[in-house]
Amino acid sequence: MTLIAAENLSASFGGPPVLRDVDFAIAPGEIVTIVGPNGSGKSVLLRLLLGILAPSQGRVRRKRGLQVGYVPQRLHIDAALPMPVRRFLSLPRRRSRAEIAQVLDRVGVPHVVDQQMTTLSGGQFQRVLLARALLSEPEILVLDEAAQGLDQPGIAAFYRLIDAVHRELGCAVLSVSHDLHVVMSASDRVICLNGHICCQGAPSVVSSAPEYRALFGIGTEGALALYQHSHDHGHDGARDAG
Amino acid sequence: MTGRAMLDDFFTRALLAGVAVAAATGPLGCFVVWRRMAYFGDATAHAAILGVALSLAFAWSIYVGTLLVAFTMALLVSTLVGRGWAIDTTLGVLAHSGLALGLVAVSFLPNVRVDLSAYLFGDILAVARFDLAVIAGGALLVVALLAWRWQRLLTATVSEDLAHTAGIDPARERLVLTVALAVVVAVALKVVGVLLIAAMLIIPAATARNFARAPEIMAVLAALIGAGAVIGGLHASLIWDTPAGPSIVSLAAAVFAATVIGTSLWRSVAALRS
Repeated sequence: MTLIAAENLSASFGGPPVLRDVDFAIAPGEIVTIVGPNGSGKSVLLRLLLGILAPSQGRVRRKRGLQVGYVPQRLHIDAALPMPVRRFLSLPRRRSRAEIAQVLDRVGVPHVVDQQMTTLSGGQFQRVLLARALLSEPEILVLDEAAQGLDQPGIAAFYRLIDAVHRELGCAVLSVSHDLHVVMSASDRVICLNGHICCQGAPSVVSSAPEYRALFGIGTEGALALYQHSHDHGHDGARDAG
Repeated sequence: MTGRAMLDDFFTRALLAGVAVAAATGPLGCFVVWRRMAYFGDATAHAAILGVALSLAFAWSIYVGTLLVAFTMALLVSTLVGRGWAIDTTLGVLAHSGLALGLVAVSFLPNVRVDLSAYLFGDILAVARFDLAVIAGGALLVVALLAWRWQRLLTATVSEDLAHTAGIDPARERLVLTVALAVVVAVALKVVGVLLIAAMLIIPAATARNFARAPEIMAVLAALIGAGAVIGGLHASLIWDTPAGPSIVSLAAAVFAATVIGTSLWRSVAALRS
């Protein structure tokens, strides 16, 4: 039983197609990472899968009543809108004090509960977004470049947290990254997108290779891994992404 | 004084109508400020003068004509902007065209001698019992609508994508605000006039922002500040014989200025101490 399945997806917005002939499926508990350069259509694919956008061709099927925990890339909260963390976590459903305290504790920022959202650091902000997503007890966690804007140790810590949450809740994780080579090491599958699916496969484990360890530093503690692209085709007019 | 006798007094009716309008413009104005729709509110209100012209021409109630035109205008703006028109240009064209067209249309009505300033700046002291009923009913409707949709409206305001993934249709919430705005314009016309409706939406909300630490508090504070401006402004207009609508807005503006200066002074003092 797949959570989200898409067949033959194409999308265009008045110009040349942004996506063409994309097939996709994610099963319960699976971790799938979509990588691609900027403009490769990965955000569009994510929005098609979530039903925010409608495809120009093909169809998306979501499991009936699918609980999605969505962590957006960046959220701009207008300075005119006073929004303490506690209140933000009660959107769109009211949550009890205990629930809020528990989930903030889970994501490692219990002390920010009464702070305004606009005063949080980048890392705290993303953790609060994750906390909000977790409150709906999601069957699938969707991360849209959720670690963008964090520094290297911050990214590693964030993905370690996702990894831990995944193991605890057993939810599927669908994440998108513009980093073509460095992905969550727990990924079952990596999909390389550039308007269409270029290649897909499992990431290679880097823990054994000392030169990669040197590349990432020791800060990742195994949270990140390399993805080896195996493209069998070139892209006309554009340098191949992989 | 019994309730019935109280409503016989024009000043009491004006007070009640003004406070009712403030109760609706407070929370709605917060959304206008949060979603940066200030100019949108202005455009909708300006176009309402066209609704006045239509009402006079076809002998409709003023409320029907303004509600209709305000709603059409708001819908037109959100449709055009949704299709990629630049919002400031769209609003600039539509708002002033609506206002100008309305003023021209009124002058074409041969049998109607209208005091235009009553519609431009309001005529709150001429609120009759029927007006009071319509204004209070409309204001109550807006408050009830906002309270009912509050969680969904707030989620869609924070992020349309978050709303979407939680099963909320942001387009529907936008429509809710559009309807609320049209109703507020129609009922506030008599109180502050088309030129100053946007002020009643924005100034109390902007003032409340200086104190509020949560969205609900800001909405309630904005309503209270608006009501205070109505009560104070009406009394001032009685004492100094100034126009009522502009007096209300002037007082609101003065309170806003005072709070801005006050809070920045307070912060400097606090910074010096620490």
